[in-house]
Amino acid sequence: MPLEKIHNVSGTIVHVPGDDIDTDRIIPARFMKCVTFDGLGEFLFYDMKFHENGDLKDHPLNEPQFKNSSIMLTGSNFGCGSSREHAPQSLFRAGFRAIIAGNFAEIFFGNSINLGMPCVSVTEEDRNLIAGLITENSELNASLDILESKIKVGDHSISFDLRSGARDSLLNGTWDPLDELLQARQTVEKLHQNLSYT
Amino acid sequence: MDKKNLFEKVWKAHSVGLLANGQTQLFVGRHLIHEVTSPQAFGMLREKNLPVRYPERTFATVDHIVPTNEVQEPYSDPLADAMIKELRRNCKDFGITFFDTDTGKQGIVHVVGPEQGLTQPGMTIACGDSHTSTHGAFGAIAFGIGTSQVRDLLATQTMALGKLKVRRIEVNGELNSGIYAKDVILHIIRKLGVNGGTGFAYEYAGDVFESFSMEERMTACNMSIEGGARVGYVNPDKKTFEYLKGRPYSPKEDQWDESVAKWMSFASDVGCAYDDVVKINASDIEPTITWGINPSQAIGINDSIPDPQNADSTDKASLQEAIDYMKLSPGSSIKGTPIDVAFIGSCTNGRISDLEEVASQLNGHKVKDGLKAIVVPGSQIVSKIAEEKGIDKIFRNAGFEWRSAGCSMCLAMNPDKLIGDQLCASSSNRNFKGRQGSPTGRTMLMSPTMVAAAAITGVITDSRELFPKK
Ligand code: SF4
Repeated sequence: MPLEKIHNVSGTIVHVPGDDIDTDRIIPARFMKCVTFDGLGEFLFYDMKFHENGDLKDHPLNEPQFKNSSIMLTGSNFGCGSSREHAPQSLFRAGFRAIIAGNFAEIFFGNSINLGMPCVSVTEEDRNLIAGLITENSELNASLDILESKIKVGDHSISFDLRSGARDSLLNGTWDPLDELLQARQTVEKLHQNLSYT
Repeated sequence: MDKKNLFEKVWKAHSVGLLANGQTQLFVGRHLIHEVTSPQAFGMLREKNLPVRYPERTFATVDHIVPTNEVQEPYSDPLADAMIKELRRNCKDFGITFFDTDTGKQGIVHVVGPEQGLTQPGMTIACGDSHTSTHGAFGAIAFGIGTSQVRDLLATQTMALGKLKVRRIEVNGELNSGIYAKDVILHIIRKLGVNGGTGFAYEYAGDVFESFSMEERMTACNMSIEGGARVGYVNPDKKTFEYLKGRPYSPKEDQWDESVAKWMSFASDVGCAYDDVVKINASDIEPTITWGINPSQAIGINDSIPDPQNADSTDKASLQEAIDYMKLSPGSSIKGTPIDVAFIGSCTNGRISDLEEVASQLNGHKVKDGLKAIVVPGSQIVSKIAEEKGIDKIFRNAGFEWRSAGCSMCLAMNPDKLIGDQLCASSSNRNFKGRQGSPTGRTMLMSPTMVAAAAITGVITDSRELFPKK
């Protein structure tokens, strides 16, 4: 089945401030006791959103105006820590379709692209600008143009960085590499035979 | 002839070709799986009706969720129980070797691989766990991967990956006495930062890595990912080959010499190029401890907790966040900080040499009253060797709980968890907020010997002062 070509992601932005937000914070390990990813959206940022007794904490994701946001704005080194795909999966299943940050941890970035969820890097100045715009108007619609590498928000057009390989795979609908990997069957078989170890 | 480093040679030997997006299709010779990140991948295969292409290249064990104080199934946690059963079913259905709890070989995947001789020089290895870099201690290129890539490997034995740059990190000179591999890697991460390694493979070298045992090399390579490097390795040498000789999956006697020659050929050529070189003085390294909420927030035992007021404006906020979370006061000495729990174990420091080293220091000492101290061997084999040598008794007599093998309190997916804001002196590798199972729990990472010293005195202690020089 051909994958969707991702040219554009639009929606409202929720700002989750902080640098070095690690995968344990995105999805605490105790919620990884599951054999499918299906219900993970519910546990996104769980310990940031809830007190131990279940009461709501002060967190942007708890604010009603951001309930349907599909773009997250955050700090630098987002997604550091574990290789758990549970982290991008919980974001995706909570309705997020793009992440804007200073930069991303590598495994997290790769895992997210494989889901068709662009992770784009924006300078601190521009992140502050976007954050300011949302504070003024939480309903502001933003649109990520993957081809142009620009975020259009309000009257502003802000450049972002996205590795060209990742960008192309989103645009061409080849962000999930499995089909392409399956094609090289014969070369793979040869390598399998020739390697000195099984 | 072109001089090449190990990373480039192994990469080339396993490259299938370039993909449309510019990434390489890389053949992965050994694939290790565990219960947490594999069931969804098997689910995707079933959905697409795909077989496992080369089941003989995948090996499984169970580590993250296994309780370490009950062996009887079903486990009291039904979710954990479902996960181990799911892995059993998948291994059976797809013909994958499983080091299950009743084989005597179960343990943390990064302890089991080397122990079985599955980890060898010149290999590509991958596992759905970020600490797969551990296997680099043998001169393998070992990647931590996500679940979709686990699926890709099961279906094709290959994955899509961008080539990394290589940074050589040389630690030269001699370590002071009482300094361990854990101190060396915490020191490196402290210097280079949590994302200093982004885009790099780390090649560890120099006097210190040459003199390290294989287990010490594993401790260091294990934490490469905490410095942002996807891969960390040490070039193979005589110690590597000695360690591998006679292990269940090592080459047999008649193929031995040929294998060693092959392995040697992967080592970095003298005078080859690197994208970056960093040199570190061994004598600068002190017993190193993390005080904050990421592994680069580390200081020497004689240092004080940093004061955010004196930091660059970019660091201020994150230092303050860490200080607040850890409930520490800026400028105070880290020595003397009271702890509640002591944990010795994990894929960083749960090997036999770690346990032996601590046990050799314990004579006469007792864990401080009221403090919880647990020792969790990295594998059933580690546990067995330790019990044969009486190490379990030494720990028990000193007041430690002696558990069965697993990840345990490293990430607290089993019943071993911190409670409230307890502070844990831990030999594991991550001090993230909530890492050890309580959303407000606090972790300080350090060597197993430093954990033991803290367990005895009840406060963060310089182990060199407590334990006499040997
Ligand atoms: S011991 Fe900790 S870091 Fe190592 S594999 Fe287990 S959970 Fe991961």
